[in-house]
Amino acid sequence: MPINSTNKNGQSLLHIEGDMTIYTAADMKNELMTHMAQPCEREVDLSEVSDIDSAGLQILILAKREAEKHGTSLRLTGHSRAVLDVLDMCNLASYFGDPVVLSCNEKKGQ
Amino acid sequence: MSLDLDQALQTYIAEARELLQDMEDSLLRLEVDPNDADTIGAIFRAAHTIKGSAGLFGLDPIVSFTHIVEDVLDRVRDGDVVIEANLIAVLLESGDHMLHLVNVVAAQGEKLDADAIARESSLRIRLQAYQDTSSDSSHAVQVEAEILLQSSGGGLVETDNWHISLRFGQNVMRDGMDPLSFLRYLSTLGEIVSITTMFDALPPADEMDAESCYLGFEIDFKSDADKATIAGVFEFAREGSLIHILPPHSKLTEYVDLIRSLPESETRLGEILVTTGALTQQELEAGLSEQQISIHPDGSTTPLGEILIEQRSVEHEVVQAALDKQTQSKDSKNKENRYIRVHADKLDELITMVGELVIAGAGVSLLAQRVSDNALQEATSVMSGLVEDIRDGALRLRMVPIGETFNRFQRVVRDVGRELGKDIELIITGADTELDKTVVEKIGDPLMHLVRNAMDHGIESASIRQAVGKSVKGTLRLNAYHDSGSIVIEIVDDGGGLNRDRILKKARERGLVAPNATPSDQEIYNMIFEAGFSTAEAVTSLSGRGVGMDVVKRNITALRGTVDLDSEVGQGTTVRIRLPLTLAIIDGFLVGVGKSSYIVPLDMVQECIELTESDRQLTRDRSYLNLRGEVLPFVILRDHFDVEGATQMRRENVVVVSCAGQKAGLVVEELMGEFQTVIKPLGKIFTNLRGISGSTILGSGEVALILDVPSLVQQAVNRESLHVSTKQIMH
Repeated sequence: MPINSTNKNGQSLLHIEGDMTIYTAADMKNELMTHMAQPCEREVDLSEVSDIDSAGLQILILAKREAEKHGTSLRLTGHSRAVLDVLDMCNLASYFGDPVVLSCNEKKGQ
Repeated sequence: MSLDLDQALQTYIAEARELLQDMEDSLLRLEVDPNDADTIGAIFRAAHTIKGSAGLFGLDPIVSFTHIVEDVLDRVRDGDVVIEANLIAVLLESGDHMLHLVNVVAAQGEKLDADAIARESSLRIRLQAYQDTSSDSSHAVQVEAEILLQSSGGGLVETDNWHISLRFGQNVMRDGMDPLSFLRYLSTLGEIVSITTMFDALPPADEMDAESCYLGFEIDFKSDADKATIAGVFEFAREGSLIHILPPHSKLTEYVDLIRSLPESETRLGEILVTTGALTQQELEAGLSEQQISIHPDGSTTPLGEILIEQRSVEHEVVQAALDKQTQSKDSKNKENRYIRVHADKLDELITMVGELVIAGAGVSLLAQRVSDNALQEATSVMSGLVEDIRDGALRLRMVPIGETFNRFQRVVRDVGRELGKDIELIITGADTELDKTVVEKIGDPLMHLVRNAMDHGIESASIRQAVGKSVKGTLRLNAYHDSGSIVIEIVDDGGGLNRDRILKKARERGLVAPNATPSDQEIYNMIFEAGFSTAEAVTSLSGRGVGMDVVKRNITALRGTVDLDSEVGQGTTVRIRLPLTLAIIDGFLVGVGKSSYIVPLDMVQECIELTESDRQLTRDRSYLNLRGEVLPFVILRDHFDVEGATQMRRENVVVVSCAGQKAGLVVEELMGEFQTVIKPLGKIFTNLRGISGSTILGSGEVALILDVPSLVQQAVNRESLHVSTKQIMH
């Protein structure tokens, strides 16, 4: 499963692993949206995302927008190099509004 | 892998040649009707496809030259350049050069020689005159037309960056492309100064398809690259995507147009453009307010609702344009799908197999007849019917309309006419007439020679034409029709005609005609096809230029065809080429002489009559029969072919054949009826054999010879006239 979900102090931590590309996009979207339906704060850990393309980016944007719509929050954390590159290239870091810290291998989460 | 690529390249070469032919045809059509948008579009698409595919194969010389041509064509399409004779001439020559490029660069993998390079650079210069000088635009991507709004300030914006607006089509990702990779590639061409990702099109979560693309980008880009290069980045995403590229210092109105043509709201886009530094706040306000005033010249403020409606209408148009484009490409795909490319060898193989099937079928019918089993006979006759249908169908596969060959002459007539300073119109009729592809391929050269001859020597110059009261414009007519198993191609000019006396005089000098003989006009005219008449000084009104008329005749004879000529002084000349429809299988009429069988092409058989005893007596001292009051020269096949063995039949029959308007009788002993004949060529050693054109295999396995009726008829007629003339001399 590319998305692992754990509960921590009333907020859910989603941990995405592997590729966020066109090949996994459909599954990824369904799964992420299921999680988004729960009314709680959530954090998405992107440190294990090995590759991300436009399809993956769209899903992140969608998730962020859904969260805003439902008045909940979505925080992206631990951006992997691949994610950072894309957010940087598309100038979207400010849209997600998360502190972007280059994750090192030993540092996961915030 | 390399083999696949090689095959793909072959397909490209074949397609490029076809497209260039289409392009040429369209250009010639454009000469008649310069405002035909469809034709202009067709020419543009042809050039565009050639360039695009050449890019895939990395054929840079083709890409770079075709690009310029495409550029000019795009301006023509947008109405920025007006079609005129010079432009068409340049484009035609460019088409020739592109064909040369395809032949040299793509087909042979070689570099251009010095001549071609010189020609290319001169063409480039001539084309440049039609190119947009202010910015090198490309049509690979939708380009802003420089239409100024009347009330616009028209001021230039300050920024010296390019502004690129991208709204990717939903299918981009499904087609295997990642919008991000375009950006990565773009960043290799320069610096992305700022970028805004647009995802307003992203639908609500449950409607969103994860594999569709909803993204767009507003990019400010600093680069020294030209517009074509930048546009080329997005070449493959063009389908279904909205791509706008504004060069540095574009007009304010262009930005306003851009804002209005994009799907997002004006305010949002305006903000983005200001934030990214593409426009200043003042520029934006000035632009938008003037825009609104231009909608309402009375200066009243535009209600919000109207802006929205206005915007929707813009969106609607954009959507409509995208839809149109999609249907268009779908249409052309459908058209392509109606044809299958088949290797010619496969067709030949099929026809050979059908030939064998016909022979085998004949064998079966023969056996069925021998055992006299009715049911079996019936079954075989059904089968023969089907075999006949298959034969016709297989042969029809190779039949192509002659129109394509004829149309090539539009260009020839135009060019040669210009060269000679004569205004000549080519009229094509019977373009739908079909004939075997191999024949079509081989008839091109003789036709070319005849057409050039007719234009050069047949049709008089304008001043002479005027003097004799003809219309100044000369007419050349190409006509084709089917006539008794052959196709007839006519080349008719309305020129001065042949000078009969001069030809006769020349013929006498050369010893082609006996001094006291008086040949018919027809015979005299046909003398120009003799080898001795091929030099220019021999006859004024025809010949010259490379191959002579004798070569034309030889080429046509090699196709089992004939050529003859009619002329009327002052009225013009008609050259008539008669060719067999196919080179493979014919309907034959089987006849027997002694133990041998011969085949007469059925289309030439007129009737069969009995050779009565009284006629038989008369043949001793004359070689013609009385056919209902008509003189019918005849050939006794038994004598002609020196057939051994005694006559077994009680009586003889005459098969009346006709060829090119002449009739003759063939005296045979047995009439064996219709027979499907698969023509097997004779070996080389028999090439000089007169009266036989081929052989075939009968159902019984025996060999039958196919009679060369035209030459037999000719012999019969000649001998008869000789007979008559010697008699006259003797008396």
